[in-house]
Amino acid sequence: MTLRSETPTRLVVIHPLVVRITHWINAGAVFCMLFSGWAIYNASPLFPFAFPKWATLGGWLGGALAWHFAAMWIFALNGLAYALYGVFARHFSRNFFPISPAAIWRDAGAALRLRLAHRLGQYNAVQRLAYVVAFLLGILLLASGLALWKPVQLQGLAALFGGYEWARRVHFAAMAGLVGFIFIHLALVLIVPSTLKAMITGRARISAET
Amino acid sequence: MTRDPDSAARLKALRRDIAPDLVKLERRTLLRSGLSLGALTLLSGCDLSTGSNGSVTDRVLWAMSKFNDRVQAALFNPNTLAPTYPASMIDTPFRFNAFYPPDNIPEVEPADWKLEISGLVADKTPWTLEKLRALPQESQITRHVCIEGWSQIGQWSGVPLKVFLERIGADLTANYVGFKCADRYYGSLDMPSALHPQTILALDFAGKELAPEYGFPLRVRVPTKLGFKSPKYIASVFVTNDYPGGYWEDQGYNWFSGI
Repeated sequence: MTLRSETPTRLVVIHPLVVRITHWINAGAVFCMLFSGWAIYNASPLFPFAFPKWATLGGWLGGALAWHFAAMWIFALNGLAYALYGVFARHFSRNFFPISPAAIWRDAGAALRLRLAHRLGQYNAVQRLAYVVAFLLGILLLASGLALWKPVQLQGLAALFGGYEWARRVHFAAMAGLVGFIFIHLALVLIVPSTLKAMITGRARISAET
Repeated sequence: MTRDPDSAARLKALRRDIAPDLVKLERRTLLRSGLSLGALTLLSGCDLSTGSNGSVTDRVLWAMSKFNDRVQAALFNPNTLAPTYPASMIDTPFRFNAFYPPDNIPEVEPADWKLEISGLVADKTPWTLEKLRALPQESQITRHVCIEGWSQIGQWSGVPLKVFLERIGADLTANYVGFKCADRYYGSLDMPSALHPQTILALDFAGKELAPEYGFPLRVRVPTKLGFKSPKYIASVFVTNDYPGGYWEDQGYNWFSGI
């Protein structure tokens, strides 16, 4: 005698191991980069505000820079590993593409009317767009960060951003964009907590018919 | 004194003479009182304050900083020049910038001032301002990038450090060129950066003799490094193979700090 749920389900792997490992390494690295970066920003704020001290890492400018320039290697190398996996294991093409404007428009409208069902293991068009944008913001942060780190040795890259001072603003704007993504990302995890478990175990229970 | 056949042997003998007398002034005390109790820094010693013999986190951060020194030395191209700018882009007023308020700017009497020379050099005769002015001069308008993030464009003129090091018979194969300053600041450069064509011993700022706030009578100007690598109020120059550190570097700023 077995108990049966209303709809038959099965357990499937929705997040491959490489994606899970790089996701959590990236989460830690981004956390360090953000909190140390805000401490560095506070040393000479670009805009008329500073980040609260509790949201900084490193204690003082020297400590914050040490964190930033240590975590950047993890952020960059882990990101590179993810990108190589994404391209060569077809993770990107399978999960994030195609993204059509029509699908984004349709899914965004459905989401705003709270009519967009969450299907574990399958990204809707808005999610696809968000993940691709987050990835591109990571590349932009890396490139503008390199321009800030080496505006003389990598002056061609710095010139691409309009010079050192503009690279600072691009770096800040990309950071703000990524923070916006993280807020939405975490809010959706709160709404659908099973996604957190899936990113740890890799497995999720989905409807057997699909 | 000129270089003779014995000079190489004498230079070798001098190798160990220099570094130990560099007292680590106010080491790690200046900013510790201002530590944030930020979320993660509640875990003690992940702000470099416990030094390279401190907590595991601090040791990892110091080791990464040393690793970044090596990466930057490899990235440094001695032929890459810092971008230069037209005079119309010079920033005025230019910021005063030190580890103390302007009231404490050292007052140096030019008639009494002499630049002391020590370490792996053939000729240790002290230099006067007149003698420095008689050397070939170089002028450039470059961007000063501060470790805090801000930057300003200024014009510095003076003796290329390479010309000066050659003139005093410095061992150009040594690892470091160090500076001690009238304001108790001290610092050091790797030899390739010291020999970079744009690295100068600056006597003038904005076309005039250095003002007190900009390092009178002599400062280093290294447009390929962050601003704190360009000490002001220089009192002595030395050449050594023993890592001399620096005022901020000994507290945790990255030593190479190339840009």
